[in-house]
Formats: sequence, C-alpha cells, structure tokens
Amino acid sequence: MEDLIRYAPDLALGFLENIKISIVAAITSLILGTVLVAMRVSPTPVLRAAGTIYVNIVRNTPLTLVLAFSALGLSDQLGLVFSDVPSTNSFWIVSMGLSAYTAAFVCEALRSGINTVPLGQAEAARAIGLTFMQSLRMIILPQAFRAVIAPLGSVMIAMVKNTTVATAGGFALDSASKMKEAFDQVGASIPIFLGIVVAFMVVTLPIGYFTGRLARRLAVAR
Amino acid sequence: MSTTVLFDAPGPRARVRNNLLTVVSVVAVAAVLYGIYRGFDAKGQWEGKIWQPFLQWETWEVYIFPGLLGTLQAAVVAAVLALVFGAVFGLARLSDHAWIRVPAGVVVEVFRAIPLLLLIFFIFYLAPAVAGGGDYTFMAVVIGLMLYNGSVLAEVVRAGVHAVPRGQSEAAFAVGMRKNQVMRLVLLPQAVTAMMPAIVSQLVVLLKDTALGYIIAYVDLLNTGFKILPARFFGSLIPAAIVIGIIYVALNMALSFLATRLERRSRRSRKTAAAPIAAPGSAEVSVGAGEGTEDAGLAPDRPVE
Repeated sequence: MEDLIRYAPDLALGFLENIKISIVAAITSLILGTVLVAMRVSPTPVLRAAGTIYVNIVRNTPLTLVLAFSALGLSDQLGLVFSDVPSTNSFWIVSMGLSAYTAAFVCEALRSGINTVPLGQAEAARAIGLTFMQSLRMIILPQAFRAVIAPLGSVMIAMVKNTTVATAGGFALDSASKMKEAFDQVGASIPIFLGIVVAFMVVTLPIGYFTGRLARRLAVAR
Repeated sequence: MSTTVLFDAPGPRARVRNNLLTVVSVVAVAAVLYGIYRGFDAKGQWEGKIWQPFLQWETWEVYIFPGLLGTLQAAVVAAVLALVFGAVFGLARLSDHAWIRVPAGVVVEVFRAIPLLLLIFFIFYLAPAVAGGGDYTFMAVVIGLMLYNGSVLAEVVRAGVHAVPRGQSEAAFAVGMRKNQVMRLVLLPQAVTAMMPAIVSQLVVLLKDTALGYIIAYVDLLNTGFKILPARFFGSLIPAAIVIGIIYVALNMALSFLATRLERRSRRSRKTAAAPIAAPGSAEVSVGAGEGTEDAGLAPDRPVE
C-alpha cells in the first residue's frame, strides 16, 4: 500500500495524460468516422472504395503497429511534426494515430446505424427533393447516431483502454510507462496495479452506463 | 436499408456532377498517396537496396517466419485457453447458485475492464517474483490474452445461451430433463452455432492483440519486423513495416472472412432456433435498436411477454 501512496502523484500525472489523449482521440475519431461513413455511402465510387479500403486495412492492423508506424514512419520519415518538444510531439502523434484507428470502428458503428433507418425515410427524403448531402445530414445521420449511442460507447471505452498503448508510439509519460517505472524500482506491486485499474474503471464504467441510458432515452420510437 | 437508396439514379446534370466529384476525389486520393510516396522517396525508402532483403529467402526463413511463428503460437495457445476460460466462466455465470454466479461475474467484469497492456505488464513483472527468474514474455502475453478474451467470450457464451428461445428449455424441463441435461443437450448445441461468428471475430481481436507483446519484447512478427530486421538491414524500417503490415492484414482479413461466412451459414442454419449473436464491441446494431443489441426478440417461437 505504501508503494501506491509513494507513487500516486506520478501515476496520477500519467493517468491524466491518458485522459488527455482520450479526449483528443474521442473528438477527432468521431469527426473522422463520420466523414468516413459519408464516404462509404456516397454516390462517388472512388470515395466509396477509398473509405472501404481504409476501414478494412486499419481495422485489421494491430494498434501497436499503427502507433509504431505513426511515430517511426510518419513522424521520423515523412516529417509530420506537431511540436519541437519531443514529448508534446509524440503526444499528438499518438493521439492522431489512435484517432485514425478508432475512426474505422466509429465508421463501422455508424454504418450499422444507417442500416437501422427504414428504407421509407430515405425514399421520402428523395421524394421531397433533398440531395444526398441534405438527406444524409438531416434525415439519415441523426437517426443513425441515436441508434448507435450504446455501440459508440463501447468503441469509446475500448479507445480509452487503448490509450495505454501510447508507449508503442514513443510517448513515455502515460500511466503504462509510469507503472513500468514504478515496477522497475519496487517490483510488481499489486496495490499500484489495482490503483491504476480502478482509475480506468472510474472512467470507463460511467461511459458504459451513461451511453446505455442515453441510448434508451434517445431511441427512435418505431 | 440498402445505401443505394440514399441517392437517385443520376440524371444528366447529376452525372456530370458525379463525374466531376470522381475526378476531384481521384486527384485528392492520388495526391495523398503521392505525398507519402514522395516523402518516403526523399528519405530513400524506395531504393532497391533496402527492399533487397525481402527478396531473399533467407530473410523470410531466418527473421520473418520465426516472428510469424511467435505470433501464431501465442495466438493459438491463448485462443485455446481463452475458449476454455470463456466456457467455464460463461457457464458459471448462468449457474443457479449465487456463490458460483456472483464471483464468476466479478471476475469476468473486472478482466474485461482492465486495459490489456497493463494486465500483460503486471503479469510480466509479477511472474519472476512468484516463480523465480526466466523468460516470461510468452507467458505474460498468453495469460493476459486469455484473461481478457476469455472474459469477453464468457459474455458471448452467456448471450448465446440466452439467445435460445425460452420455450426450448421450458419444453425440456417439461419432459423431465434436469438443468444439467437441458444445458448440455438442448441449449449449448444451439448456442454454439449462434455463437460461432462472434467467437471467430473475437479471435481476430486476439490475434491482433498479440502485437502488444512487442512492448514487453516478446519475439513476435511485429518485433522481428520493427526491431530485429531494421537492426540487421540498416534503413529498411519502412519496408519492413509495410511487409509485416500486409501479413497482419491478410491474416486478419482471412479470419474475418471466415467469420462472415460462418455468420451467413448460421443465419440459414436450421440446427438452431437462436439468431446469431453479434460480436461484443463490434458495434452491430439490431434493427430498431436502443434496448440493447441482443435480438433474441426476433427468434420465431419466442413467447410474447
């Protein structure tokens, strides 16, 4: 227990980094996922194909590889640099890598949400003369979003847990790295492990609970 | 809803607009690809010299195949253990006895909530303290994967048994079967068919997650590709990343393809009255969802409540 108390401030700082990455990745992946799903149902075959290829490749690549590639390939080789401070740069690299990865899952969730919208709605939208973008924006996506709140919640929970893989992208300030540092000094400590686990559960369990409740409240009555 | 309904069959003006959009998007996609190509080119990543190793059999034999073997070994052992874990804890959660049901439920919920990498780290550091020195990378990866994926599979088992229409077990009890017999002879055989696609999708997740072993230096495909190969053939990091990326994607797509095939088959299957259940966390939504994703309500002979 003393171990946990001694390392608590350090671990808390690490955990805060995980939360910061989560917030950035949540926002970016939701936007990117929505764009991807619009591409995947669009009238332009090239965009449809590009979206499909992206989702299939990213979904089937281990996150560890995605993050390592973002750091070593995109940042070191292609010169995608967000900041001159190495730790700030790797923070953004990891956040963007995680967003790019999560966006594929967001896209899949939204696409199955689109499938729940009755055919007649799209037909009606077309009948009153709405264009593709208009019907997507005003008729289809709002209903799709409401249908997939709970699954999106699970995607977000998985994403929060995935922030621990930040180490693979060269980011060494998050809770996984801090836990490793502590373990290197005092050996495996059950209190430290449980402390971090509880911290994650404090964040992920409410996400599941609230998205579940929200899903029930906002469910489209049919 | 089929997505083609979202837009009309294009008239002359829409056709022109679509063609224009196609051109613009082709240019945009090409520009992105060209940007990546040029960036790597500027760093000399396309030079034959650094791709050369991948044309030699020796590279594959000495580096890539052993790495792939490491990944597959960890995945297969972990998959078998996770299936056993999932079956035991899934059935334990369905028990009539609270002293079995509740602890099993706690174990499943806790291991599902722990970030997998932290679990692997913990086992990796705990093992030497418990069992003395040695190489615990394989063990840490396998046990971590077993506990996490086993817990998810336990939920799949539970959902599978629940997906069998209730009338089935009522009828089985009515003809005098015991709980054990009902489970063994009536529910499980049908549940397994319904569960198959979800199980295979979870195995894709498991296979992908073996790559976390990279972080504790387990010698898997990612490790050989990202650490060992570039150290041996200087400068071939990007080619190595691309090659092993292709291998991972191909492996997982083959498994996903199998999952889709199985799902289609179990949807048609008449061996089970249960509708196939969605993979956990796969974000599948049943039609008119909102009340949770188990679409047991669609089963034909479900009593109206």
